[in-house]
Amino acid sequence: MWLTRPLQERSTRIFLGVLFAALAIVSVLHVFMPQDSALYVSAYTVTLLGKYLCYALLAVAVDLVWGYLGILSLGHGAFFALGGYAMGMYLMRQIGDRGVYGDPILPDFMVFLNWQELPWYWLGFDMAWFAFIMVLLAPGLLALVFGFLAFRSRVTGVYLSIITQALTFALMLAFFRNEMGFGGNNGLTDFKDILGFDLRTDATRLGLFIATGIALAIGYVICRGIVTSKLGRVSVACRDAEARTRFLGYRVERVQLFVFVVSAMLAGVAGALYVPQVGIINPSEFSPLFSIEIVVWVALGGRATLYGAVIGAILVNYGKTVFTGIMPDAWLFALGGLFVLVTVFLPKGIAGLLFKPGKSRDASNTPSAQEAAA
Amino acid sequence: MSIFQELTNRDQVFEFLTPATSPVDVRHGPILYLEDVNVSFDGFKAINNLNLTIDDGELRCIIGPNGAGKTTMMDIITGKTRPDTGSVWFGSRHNLLTLSEPDIASLGIGRKFQKPTVFEALTVFENLELAMAADKRVFPTLTALMKPEYRERIDEVLEMIGLKELHHALAGILSHGQKQWLEIGMLLMQKPRLLLVDEPVAGMTEQEMERTAELLISLAGKQSVVVVEHDMGFVRSIARKVTVLHQGSVLAEGSMDQVSNHPDVIKVYLGEEA
Repeated sequence: MWLTRPLQERSTRIFLGVLFAALAIVSVLHVFMPQDSALYVSAYTVTLLGKYLCYALLAVAVDLVWGYLGILSLGHGAFFALGGYAMGMYLMRQIGDRGVYGDPILPDFMVFLNWQELPWYWLGFDMAWFAFIMVLLAPGLLALVFGFLAFRSRVTGVYLSIITQALTFALMLAFFRNEMGFGGNNGLTDFKDILGFDLRTDATRLGLFIATGIALAIGYVICRGIVTSKLGRVSVACRDAEARTRFLGYRVERVQLFVFVVSAMLAGVAGALYVPQVGIINPSEFSPLFSIEIVVWVALGGRATLYGAVIGAILVNYGKTVFTGIMPDAWLFALGGLFVLVTVFLPKGIAGLLFKPGKSRDASNTPSAQEAAA
Repeated sequence: MSIFQELTNRDQVFEFLTPATSPVDVRHGPILYLEDVNVSFDGFKAINNLNLTIDDGELRCIIGPNGAGKTTMMDIITGKTRPDTGSVWFGSRHNLLTLSEPDIASLGIGRKFQKPTVFEALTVFENLELAMAADKRVFPTLTALMKPEYRERIDEVLEMIGLKELHHALAGILSHGQKQWLEIGMLLMQKPRLLLVDEPVAGMTEQEMERTAELLISLAGKQSVVVVEHDMGFVRSIARKVTVLHQGSVLAEGSMDQVSNHPDVIKVYLGEEA
């Protein structure tokens, strides 16, 4: 089975081991350590780590399409935000009559805008299962339609990157409008509880953190399953020699579409887990800058490794947290400088420094291969 | 006679019981048939009233000076370029002008590019695996497993192209000649009925050339092979029938001797070299 194959791999086992160990250690330190201990992990830190894990899942999704399929998407923030909005709509409807205006059905911003009834696209979001399906479906459908049109017309390379960028920018402008019914530039916020658990309690925060970790593990295994399958090798083939792949009888556009949609759905899940942890979703998640930042995480961590994307996302965001605390103005320069340094000195990213990916493949074969070739 | 008798007749061979054969209909002889094909790019006539027929199992060499339209012709056959007018048939059943590149590939037309194009980030073995004739839709590809009979088939081809020792090496580290062979090997994995081979010996040593010639000759008969080549020595060593293209149409056709004595050919092509 393509999904269980990664579990037999050493790299996946190491990754999952590290991830689950980190989840366990953080949970134990948070629950059992006394508050004044140096080892105590505060609820704030737990949520911060949960946020990093959301970014890590998003980075894995981007690495799947960029690293293995050669599609540089500068619009993955759009899928992330759509997943986030689907979750946000569910959380809004969970507020019920506890809002400022106390309307049992309408969210506060609709009452404020004098809306009389719920727009049709808000129907059903009071049910968790429906909202969770929409978390996958909304980004998936957008990716399906967008990808179908783009890949069928054989739009690739820089042009595709620019179009994805335009896509997320257009969505940002649309979501800024109050008439859209998604809360305009304030977005959705003031959430109370999720699945009946109060979002402000430490236990719920820890639960969300662990759920995010598990989602990252599942997302990683799905991606790893795809890239180690024959389809993964076809993806690499599409990336490196599209015409050749087509003449072998593969429908390149369908391979691209499939992988793109899977990636968009994973990004949607990341967004959905992000929203209850940060407590707000607004159109700034659609901003082109955010989408470019995701690509920088992946590039820093190391392309086409998946775990590199995770490392990159966590390290860069940790750096961002630290830096913006010390000197907020310098952060963008630091990020830019880091990007340049890594591109020049570490073309394979941080992952290339930590491990030697493909060692078993090129290094062990190169000498014998060259001898035989000589 | 009742239906019962008809159904129980022991001599009866039902159609669904007969083994499936290739869908390509070659009962009338030719496997590839181009008629009055015209292509122009921005007013430049790359192909000009081209007529060409390749018989089933034939080994055909196509020569011609630069810009004669050889590569464009291959583009048309494989569906990459659509002609302005004319018709292109594969066997007598398939109109290639209505089919997409992957469709044409799965019908059984394999193509080797002028510049060797292999998947450099994958191993030799994986290159052949991807080329293998199989269900190439997305989901079957996702769940595909490596079966022993596939492995045997790949080993067989590795043997043929002389890359058995290197099957775990990345294709990117192969020499130019080895890449050429790997690409030919990928074509063989596709089990094509018709092989289009664009400049197979470009950049090969004398020895490698000889082996390539042997390989192509051994293929002819089982498959139809069309070779486009510049190297006249190589063409002479394998050719039975040669077609000379010039300015997008056929200038001469026949055995190597006939063609090389053809006055027009001497004038436009061989004359330059002599």
